[in-house]
Amino acid sequence: MDGVPLTWFLMLSAVLFGLGVAGFVFRRNIITVFMSIELMLNAVNLSFIAFACRLGQVDGQIFAFFVMVVAAAEAAVGLAIILTVFRNRATLQIDELDSLKN
Amino acid sequence: MAAAIFLIFAFLAVVCGLNVVLRRHPVSSALWLIGVMVSLAVLYALLGAHFLAAAQVIVYAGAIMVLFVIVIMLVNAGAEQRSTASRMAQHAGLPLLAALLGALGYVMWRAAPAGKVAGAAAVGKGTAQDIGRALFTTYLLPFELASILVLIAVVGAVVLAYKEMD
Repeated sequence: MDGVPLTWFLMLSAVLFGLGVAGFVFRRNIITVFMSIELMLNAVNLSFIAFACRLGQVDGQIFAFFVMVVAAAEAAVGLAIILTVFRNRATLQIDELDSLKN
Repeated sequence: MAAAIFLIFAFLAVVCGLNVVLRRHPVSSALWLIGVMVSLAVLYALLGAHFLAAAQVIVYAGAIMVLFVIVIMLVNAGAEQRSTASRMAQHAGLPLLAALLGALGYVMWRAAPAGKVAGAAAVGKGTAQDIGRALFTTYLLPFELASILVLIAVVGAVVLAYKEMD
């Protein structure tokens, strides 16, 4: 009666990860693409914590904690890069940021 | 009870996630992303990860999203322009996405150990005490490395974003 099957959490995690991938592929604004990456990281965290609960161990939660730390660092550096790109190129469209192409 | 809470907040998370992807304006996406993060924080609390639920709200919904909104404000980002540059994403994107979701769902359905989580199974693992004990004994070295990583990130962000006054 009480409790939720582990697979439900994993399914939710898969759906959120898929949404993140969709945003990453389809969106053309570099900030929204970056937010999609955060969405994927959150989906993975949910899996970690669901498994930690299932196995009765705290280790999975520690991994999720480190993912959060890395995500914070990544957000700071990534947004600084976005600021610099915008200052130099005056655009946020990823189609126009193609100086590494060819 | 736990199943009802899960269903409500899972639905909220998926709706907010859809809006993150579908909204044209970055500020709308950012605000819906906060909805995803708060829903996930409730689910973490449901799983007994009380410390991480608090950290999710403080670090993600608080610090990181504020950073996003500030950058959106700084660059004055308007609604995204439509583009036709990526033909491949337009045609192959949705089938590939469906294939990815199918594969993920199949693997998780087959490989996941049976059993229930949350509710009565989730008592007393993941308080600040548990996390702290693991973090400062077993995982002390990764923890210290993470502090160096964050320091490097802060210095790097300042170096990147610093603008010389002419």
